[in-house]
Amino acid sequence: MSAPPKLRIATVSLAGCFGCHMSLLDIDEHVFDLLQRVELDRSPLTDLKHCGPCDIGLVEGGVCNSENVHVLREFRAQCKTLVALGACAINGGLPAQRNHLDVGRCLSAVFQSRPGMDTAEVPDDPELPLPLDKVHPIHEVVRVDYFLPGCPPSGEAIWQFLSDLLAGRTPRVAYPILHFD
Amino acid sequence: MSQDPWASAVADTVGEFAARPEYLLQMLIRLQEAENWLPPEALTALAAALGLPRARVEGVAGFYSFLHTRPVGRYRLLFSDNIIDRMLGSQALMARLCHTLWLAPGQVSEDGLVSVDVTSCTGLGDQGPALLVNGRAIARLDEARIDRIAELIREQQPLDAWPADWFRFDDNIQRRDALLACPAQPGDALQAALAMGRVGWLAQVHASRLRGRGGAGFTTAVKWQACRDAPNPDKVVVCNADEGEPGTFKDRVLLNSHADLVVEGMTLAAWAVGARRGFLYLRGEYRNLRPALEAVLARRRTAGWLGAAIGGVAGFDFDIEIHLGAGAYVCGEETALLESLEGKRGTPRIRPPFPVTHGYLGRPTVVNNVETLAKCCLIALQGGAAFAATGTPQSAGTKLLSVSGDCARPGVYEFPFGVTVRQVLDACGADDTLAVQVGGAAGITLAPYEFDRRIAFEDVPTAGAFMVFDNTRDMFEVAHNFVHFFAHESCGFCTPCRVGTAMLADTLDKLAEGKGSAVDLIEIEDLDRLLKQASHCGLGSAAPNPVMDGLQKFRPAYERHLMHADFAPAFDLDGALRRARQITGRDDAAAHLPQHQEPQP
Repeated sequence: MSAPPKLRIATVSLAGCFGCHMSLLDIDEHVFDLLQRVELDRSPLTDLKHCGPCDIGLVEGGVCNSENVHVLREFRAQCKTLVALGACAINGGLPAQRNHLDVGRCLSAVFQSRPGMDTAEVPDDPELPLPLDKVHPIHEVVRVDYFLPGCPPSGEAIWQFLSDLLAGRTPRVAYPILHFD
Repeated sequence: MSQDPWASAVADTVGEFAARPEYLLQMLIRLQEAENWLPPEALTALAAALGLPRARVEGVAGFYSFLHTRPVGRYRLLFSDNIIDRMLGSQALMARLCHTLWLAPGQVSEDGLVSVDVTSCTGLGDQGPALLVNGRAIARLDEARIDRIAELIREQQPLDAWPADWFRFDDNIQRRDALLACPAQPGDALQAALAMGRVGWLAQVHASRLRGRGGAGFTTAVKWQACRDAPNPDKVVVCNADEGEPGTFKDRVLLNSHADLVVEGMTLAAWAVGARRGFLYLRGEYRNLRPALEAVLARRRTAGWLGAAIGGVAGFDFDIEIHLGAGAYVCGEETALLESLEGKRGTPRIRPPFPVTHGYLGRPTVVNNVETLAKCCLIALQGGAAFAATGTPQSAGTKLLSVSGDCARPGVYEFPFGVTVRQVLDACGADDTLAVQVGGAAGITLAPYEFDRRIAFEDVPTAGAFMVFDNTRDMFEVAHNFVHFFAHESCGFCTPCRVGTAMLADTLDKLAEGKGSAVDLIEIEDLDRLLKQASHCGLGSAAPNPVMDGLQKFRPAYERHLMHADFAPAFDLDGALRRARQITGRDDAAAHLPQHQEPQP
């Protein structure tokens, strides 16, 4: 019997802290199981810059700037199944704490009025993505298939979730693994 | 002596209600009459006088829509915002009033004189549009009346100087049957029941197969018997006159013109269960009716039909007091109503225990709808068998329907149970009907192919609302109005309902703005499942009903609002970059975002 074809997985961290990716690596020896069954497309682990056609996309972090929108849309277009991984992707999380502030005043406070800043200008290089006025959860920008909460979700939760997805079961992460304390 | 100007007002109010904490809501309603709001000092003084934590007092003051913990102006006008009022032009009239008074909706005028806002259905759908001014209802609004109201406010005329007939309700009774044509005099039914004895009377109620008219349809005699047989001897009878279901107003008519039947029905319930105390919980929107109701109670006390030894029967002591609600739909749910009667926030209780064993202050309590109690008079007068002879096998007797919307003759119709929807439509002069919403926002939306279904517990159950929509109406807008109603009226106690109703309203807002996609319809179905399975009470589980019925029966009205996209964001993506463009001075291509995802090559 031949081994089933490997599934392609892409991962990305938008407005996140890479904590969910660290948690993904925290599945310990299951990394070997995982790599026998999947191959990685775009991911911080591969450093590929664009995402090709994939089976599963894991998105960490919320949407805070225009580049996040483009990347997220690329993921949605390329991935059959898109997963919001962790609190920031689901709710905006910590970065969304800026949502009650005016983004223009944030930029000028950082670049124009901070002691020691010699440019006194907000950078306007077209290479830099502009921040959105608010940080949004990813499901407000694209359709999302599954949500795995946690800050970060534990390695155990991620492994259980991925095992379900790989096996064709509707993911179901038991409450004891999800709740925090 | 305290310097606090509120100290004496609070002391008077607390004294009036004998410092009983279960009267907290009534005290707050009374205190608010002075300044039309409840300043923090008043709440502090009240908490101190009652020995309650201040948070408890503020928690109650903050719960009810008609209690204000911030200034709202000396004239507070609230337009009834049910879909029927909107169809009668309430939004244009509100805009006209705001324009005349130089106000934005929700704002208080700079001189603190007036504010204008919306409220949930005020129970005047047959004579709308309607508004409340400082809690008192005015119906039949038109441009002339709105302009006159603006003048009276500018002249700062007290409400008692406003035309008195504005505050009167028309009954609009369009069809009478057994109840509304009942010729009995006050006391007749009670005398008949007294002659039967307590046990014989309850046997007649059993034989009548009377079921509750408030919507749930529980068998009245079973409820009464359970209360009678509960061990605690201190029984209570409550009349649920918190008629908050949008589009329902039949209890208003009973309380306005057949109050003796209602009060007598409460007395009959007390006779069966052995109660000594009765409460009539009157929704705040109907406070215009209170003086007349108090007069009925006083007259019946004089006649010996209330008070000690009623009808000369030693030991049959029963009296009734009126409690006012303050703008909370959820208090129509019987356990929330009991919480409210006890002076608390109207949060529904977990059942069991049921009110028949642990109700008001933990005492055995029967809570019955206004119409149910009035029907008891017919049973006493005619006997249970005669009552059971009309209607259908599972729904004995008649039903009062509150008919409003697109028809020639809105008003109250009394039909025997089993009447078809089509018969009601014919009677009220509705043609070209697109849909009927039976049972209010929480009820069922019927499409023309269902108009031969029958009003009865075994087919289309209803507390009485019957809202008619003709072919010029958009059933999406109807459901859109209803989900906002539920989001506003959610008591906030349980997360599935508090968050779920808001998400449902947001999703329909997104569709209304033309930003919906097929994914949003799936989202609605997920929310329906969540609300139905996880809500603490019926408010949350019923909230998606109008949308789910609409999606099933009027789907094109929803699809019209969809974009041809896999998914569209609800917010303006490019607009979200505007502030950053402004501060950086950029306007290059990368400084913009398309609203929709381009198809991939």
